[in-house]
Amino acid sequence: MAQTTSGRGGSGGDWLRDALPRLVLSPSFAIVLIFVYGFILFTFVLSFTDSRILPSFGFVGWENYQKLFGLRAWGIAVKNLAIFGSLYIVICCAIGLLLAILLDQKIRAEGFIRTIYLYPMALSFIVTGTAWKWFLDPGIGLQAVVRSWGWESFTFDWIKNSEMAIYTIVIAAVWQTSGFVMAMFLAGLRGIDTEMMKAAQIDGASTFALYRRIVIPQLRPAFMSAFVVLAHMAIKSYDLVIALTGGGPGTATELPATFMYSYTFTRNQMGIGAASAVIMLMTIAAIMVPFIYSELREKK
Amino acid sequence: MATDLSAEASAAAIKPVRQAPPSGSHGSSQVIRTGGAARIVIYLILALFCLYYLLPLYIMVVNSLKPLSEITAGGMMALPRDWTLSPWASAWSTAQIGVAATGLRPFFLNSILMVVPAVAISTVLGAMNGYVLTKWRFRGDTWVFGLLLFACFIPFQMVLIPMARMLGLVGLAGTVPGLIFVHLVYGIGFSTLYFRNYYQQFPTELVRAAQIDGAGFFTIFRRIMLPSSGPIAVVCVIWQFTNIWNDFLFGASFSDFDSQPMTVALNNLVQSSTGVKEYNVHFAGAIMAALPTLLVYIVAGRYFVRGLMAGSVKG
Amino acid sequence: MRKILATASCALALATAGAASAADVEVLHWWTSGGEAGALNVLKQDLANQGIGWQDMPVAGGGGTQAMTVLRARVTAGNPPSAVQLLGFDITDWAKEGALANLDEVADAGGWGGVVPEAIQKFSKYDGHWVAAPVNVHSTNWVWANKAILDELGIAVPTSWDELVAAMQKVKDSGKTAVAHGGQPWQDATIFDAVVMSTGGLDFYKKAFIDLDPEALGSPTMVEAFDRMTTIRGFVDDNFSGRDWNLASAMVINGEAAFQFMGDWAKGEFLNAGKVPDKDFLCFRFPGTEKEVTFNTDQFAVFKQGDTVKPEQAALITAIMSPEFQVSFNKVKGSVPARTDVSVESYDACGQKAYAEMKAAAASGNMVGSMAHGHANPAAIKNAMYDVITAQFNGEYDSETAAQELVDAVQLAQ
Repeated sequence: MAQTTSGRGGSGGDWLRDALPRLVLSPSFAIVLIFVYGFILFTFVLSFTDSRILPSFGFVGWENYQKLFGLRAWGIAVKNLAIFGSLYIVICCAIGLLLAILLDQKIRAEGFIRTIYLYPMALSFIVTGTAWKWFLDPGIGLQAVVRSWGWESFTFDWIKNSEMAIYTIVIAAVWQTSGFVMAMFLAGLRGIDTEMMKAAQIDGASTFALYRRIVIPQLRPAFMSAFVVLAHMAIKSYDLVIALTGGGPGTATELPATFMYSYTFTRNQMGIGAASAVIMLMTIAAIMVPFIYSELREKK
Repeated sequence: MATDLSAEASAAAIKPVRQAPPSGSHGSSQVIRTGGAARIVIYLILALFCLYYLLPLYIMVVNSLKPLSEITAGGMMALPRDWTLSPWASAWSTAQIGVAATGLRPFFLNSILMVVPAVAISTVLGAMNGYVLTKWRFRGDTWVFGLLLFACFIPFQMVLIPMARMLGLVGLAGTVPGLIFVHLVYGIGFSTLYFRNYYQQFPTELVRAAQIDGAGFFTIFRRIMLPSSGPIAVVCVIWQFTNIWNDFLFGASFSDFDSQPMTVALNNLVQSSTGVKEYNVHFAGAIMAALPTLLVYIVAGRYFVRGLMAGSVKG
Repeated sequence: MRKILATASCALALATAGAASAADVEVLHWWTSGGEAGALNVLKQDLANQGIGWQDMPVAGGGGTQAMTVLRARVTAGNPPSAVQLLGFDITDWAKEGALANLDEVADAGGWGGVVPEAIQKFSKYDGHWVAAPVNVHSTNWVWANKAILDELGIAVPTSWDELVAAMQKVKDSGKTAVAHGGQPWQDATIFDAVVMSTGGLDFYKKAFIDLDPEALGSPTMVEAFDRMTTIRGFVDDNFSGRDWNLASAMVINGEAAFQFMGDWAKGEFLNAGKVPDKDFLCFRFPGTEKEVTFNTDQFAVFKQGDTVKPEQAALITAIMSPEFQVSFNKVKGSVPARTDVSVESYDACGQKAYAEMKAAAASGNMVGSMAHGHANPAAIKNAMYDVITAQFNGEYDSETAAQELVDAVQLAQ
């Protein structure tokens, strides 16, 4: 309210009133500039050095990048991220949207069900990983239980199978985050403009058409949030892989995040770790920047 | 809090605001009605998904109530034969975490001291940022938002060493404020994203009308934006709380012996390298460590239904 | 000033509970649960009696890798802990960075040079100076066997590769699992250590894993070692992938499996399950490596905080090397003391055997660092080897390709 009165005062107040929004935004912007973009620059420089246990600045040119692309594990990690990332994002969005729409139908005990859907987010994967590992293990988990019920030929051994193990990571990852995506869509649904829906309903549109033509398009910003969150989770999936498969069988479930951590910290090859981080960021940028750009350009 | 604000909002006489009844005549479900058979299917699907989400919890709970011998003997999916609460007691107060046998108890406070300020500040900042970026647009605002957004994708492993150097330089290394700052830096992108995308759906005409009535920047935020921010604030708080509470990497790297958060303790309990693994205690500890977050979900979840002004303002 | 404070707090040891903060030591380690952390408490008590407070900074996970990440952040921030648990080549790496304090004075006073085995000193010293105090010696080339199964099938303790294969075959024919194993890279590598030692002998092991001689790495002997890994793979059950080592131990304990190839820390699982050495389970060296000890050793290094080693840091290091602590700690840990002049009468049969064999191997020069546990070559190379060993064990390479990949991977990591 102070602003209101001072705003009506002299030109000094006008200046303040005009600049205020930008002033409010500037601290956030400044810290991001330093602690995100400054550090990206630092990593970029590091990727051309011979850093091993700690950063050092003996420049070696492209050597780290050459080594990186010579490593079989890196190729596997990148391919796995593509499989894992796309499946994870699509499935989470589909389940999240479905559950949000269903839960928005004046469901009894909505709060209770919502909490059940959300709780996996609360648990740290350090331990839930063990529970999943047991559940997926053919010797003691689902396969063993179903067989003990009498279905002797039932087989579910993906986690032990190099070809299929990456999909078990998807199952566990979807379990963890799809509830949160549901919450994001639910928040979106609750903020929707009902006028158009009423109009369309009067015109005799079916429920399905109503959702497809009117509700879902309005959820576009929520989709964008979900996509960013999920892409972020997919790229950073580290705990999950370590707890569930440790990158195995063999190197079948290695992801760029586990690769980067292991080279930077476990293997004392910080230069290669930095190079992998740079490549990873550039890949993310190549996918995200056009997406963000097109999302932001279309203004109503 | 939300009720106070919405009361204030109606008093602001911008437009008569109808208080949303608790069981939502709001949003999309205000329009769509479903019939009997369809409802049965809906409940069935919802129940099925409940099973999917509850399964790992079942494994954890069941095994946290067994003696260790039953687990190592192979019955990992079965119900306990000997029910026991001692793993829970052990995880809470007597399990060996490092040199002292303290259980997880002393580490809870460390985590709470870190999480509460970090979540509060980043949510408020995110709301303000979102408000500026949608209702007080300026030249280049899209760029600013784009840069904030892309910051969400920075891998944390990458920032560890430079961040340690920075904290060391300003003397925040190994302190709780240092940890709060780190979480703030890497949480701001997301909270801005949530609020910005939510406020985008919010009718700008209301803001303009209030401006014409002479309301200032902060007044509009408090009286018009905040009361309708319930659902998204819930989403944002849940996200931030969960991430910060469960963070291990920063918590371990930027804390001292006296400020180690809960996750570090839980990790120490679970990941001993060559010791005997007490799975039952591990599961009990894990569930225990998740309780504060669950509490937040339950408490915050109520505001999902309450702060629903966005829909009804237009009604 | 600090000395005065330290002395003062010594004098007031009984009266001061928390006031002696000037002489506290902050210790970063990853012994966080169960017996080993309890054993560390002995050290804490010892220091408390001298008026020195113990600030505990435990970070578990990944056999110390999490703790090493934290250490890097702490050192970069200019806030290193007073003392840190380090393994093998990490000690050398940190010494190279100039981060470790010189412990010569403490070592000379304690006469470490005469009692610590040469092979261990190689890691405790850098450039001729002591930089770390060894706490224990783990040896990794052990076989743990279920005695009941062996007796029932009439299997004697195998002493050669062929006998081992015959024994495993017998177990397999009886319908039980021959080898309990967890498919994690470090576990695969632990077996590979023993297999290479058994196949090629000590000199070959040294040439391949320590000197990293490309000829040895790509040699027919190495190909044969990989062949033997394939043989062992045939005796492992189908669900081995990703299994934790202690669940594999449980299989031997429960009589589902006959053998486990694992370091001496596995003993704790057996004892904890109420099993008795020589009665319920047997411990013996991997066939063909009876005279050798492949080891890894945990050590504590002091990080520089100023120019000299502070009195409380010296006190900590001295306490770690004391015979009493070495004996009592290693009894709990399952390993053996890192000095050759103590009595281990209180140890169980396996522990006594392990200590005697370690002493013998130390005297004859048969004690050599374990590749699988980072005591033969630096982390970068070790992990590069893991990649190949694990891939081969999972059937991604045949033996010839694996040997060639090993040569390439080592070259790439150097």
